[in-house]
Amino acid sequence: MAEVLVVVDAVDGNVKKVTFELLTAARQLGEPAAVVLGGPGAASGLKDKLAEYGAAKVYLVENEDITGYSVAPKAEALAAVAELASPAAILLSSSFENKEVAARLAVKLESGLLYDAVGVGADGVATQQIFGGAVEVTAKVRKGTPIITVRPNSVAPEPVSGAAEEVPVSVTVSEAAKAAKIVDSVVEEKGSRPQLSDASVVVSGGRGIGNADNFTIIETLADSLGAAVGASRAVVDAGWVPHTMQVGQTGVSVSPQLYIAVGISGAIQHRAGMQTSKTIVAINKDAEAPIFELADFGVVGDLFQVAPQLADEIAKRKS
Amino acid sequence: MNIVVLMKQVPDTEGDRKLDPNDNTVDRAAVDPVINYIDEFAIEEGLLLKEAHGGEVTILTVGPERASESIRKALSMGADKALHVNDEGIHGSDAIATAKVLAKALESLEWDVAIAGTEATDARGSVVPALLAEILGVPQLTGARKVTIEGSTVAIERVTDVGYDKLEAQAPAVISVAEKINEPRYPSFKGIMAAKSKPVEVKSLADLGVDAGEVGLANAWSEVVSFENAPPRQAGQTVKDEGDGGVKIADYLASKKLI
Repeated sequence: MAEVLVVVDAVDGNVKKVTFELLTAARQLGEPAAVVLGGPGAASGLKDKLAEYGAAKVYLVENEDITGYSVAPKAEALAAVAELASPAAILLSSSFENKEVAARLAVKLESGLLYDAVGVGADGVATQQIFGGAVEVTAKVRKGTPIITVRPNSVAPEPVSGAAEEVPVSVTVSEAAKAAKIVDSVVEEKGSRPQLSDASVVVSGGRGIGNADNFTIIETLADSLGAAVGASRAVVDAGWVPHTMQVGQTGVSVSPQLYIAVGISGAIQHRAGMQTSKTIVAINKDAEAPIFELADFGVVGDLFQVAPQLADEIAKRKS
Repeated sequence: MNIVVLMKQVPDTEGDRKLDPNDNTVDRAAVDPVINYIDEFAIEEGLLLKEAHGGEVTILTVGPERASESIRKALSMGADKALHVNDEGIHGSDAIATAKVLAKALESLEWDVAIAGTEATDARGSVVPALLAEILGVPQLTGARKVTIEGSTVAIERVTDVGYDKLEAQAPAVISVAEKINEPRYPSFKGIMAAKSKPVEVKSLADLGVDAGEVGLANAWSEVVSFENAPPRQAGQTVKDEGDGGVKIADYLASKKLI
């Protein structure tokens, strides 16, 4: 059976959930083989977790140039692994950086690229949701090795044991790929909250919260659920939170298991970034707010009463 | 400093966007076309760099006849001239083929930096700047929330999950800028009048030396096989808060095993 390469996303030595989703999806296409791309030591401690989700092999590409320069070295390293493995397909999660890696790889391998898939099938077929989820597309790669980026939370991860045989691959990064040097990496928000783009639960605040200080209500509710925090464009435009928290047509698109919209009216710009969420809950004082048209459960009321009560209730039921 | 801004005309996100069932491509007649929202930040960044370093700002767009309206708007914001690649053979091209056309167009210009928005609101791929850098073999400086240029060194702050990476490269380089990097200016009356006489060069695939067999729907490396308009999401239950709204949500979440 042909191998299917899955590029591993890891943070601080922990494999991200989206990688388990991809390893699960890869089984439909062939034999999953994980690929770790990173600096020296990047792969340590990842093997066992990758084995739990069925990785037959783990290709290890550790090279300081991969973390020293932006994007291009990762594409080169992945191309080297692809040459070795002759895979049936290559899967990456749909992060901003991974989509760029996939793009450069597609040029190198002269292969078709599908991005933001929500499902993958045999023979390079993938499903996508476009125009903010308004249209569902079935697309197909018709040249080369299908390179597909898959959105987080699209596939339910299922453990199955794999051998996770380690295959170190040594690469020499070309001078051309060392054109954009990373001179510094700055951590601005080292919070304990999950990352917005691939979180299972997201709590977002809108204009209804009134001012920047009141955003703590959103954060408290999010923390009660272990959720990521988002915001509508109005809140970002007002300067209450940074742009990286913007959920919508522009900004971050999310598809979590649960999305809670607090004080968000549900303008088209916002809906386009969240309406493919599995379950949507809305709290808004305006019964006519469009957000209620797509909410599975809505409460018309004062968010300053309802949201803290919800946070307390969740905390109570957890203990 | 010669600055090229890559601009895409897209269907307005406020409209009811559709695919054309005849060939499964974006129906560009269904909704009014506008400048891709994030490209307005790219145009503004180009104008700011020109103000700081001198030179010219050229708008580069690949698109049908109607894209000329968006080009005129970009010129009225203050860009100096434009190159419009318009050829029926481009219709249905995937991102990779589009990037090949853009690469040839850039090779026909003198440029130090090419600036794009991080993504277009129609396809949302955010792959064209990376493709372009790969094809041209020039540095990729993408996802920028800040751009600075000193001599031939171009530096950006690339947005990451936890903050930003500071990147440095030598021009010529491809840059993509994130939403909110600046505040795009509105065209002034003077700008609108001046735009009418600014040069817009229109080129075909043949003019650029692009092999027609590499672009277009028939030659795309990926294809849309079929599509369906998603059924509108059904509204569920909405209740009025009677002092127990939070508890009711918790009950609902528990019933769905979400808590």
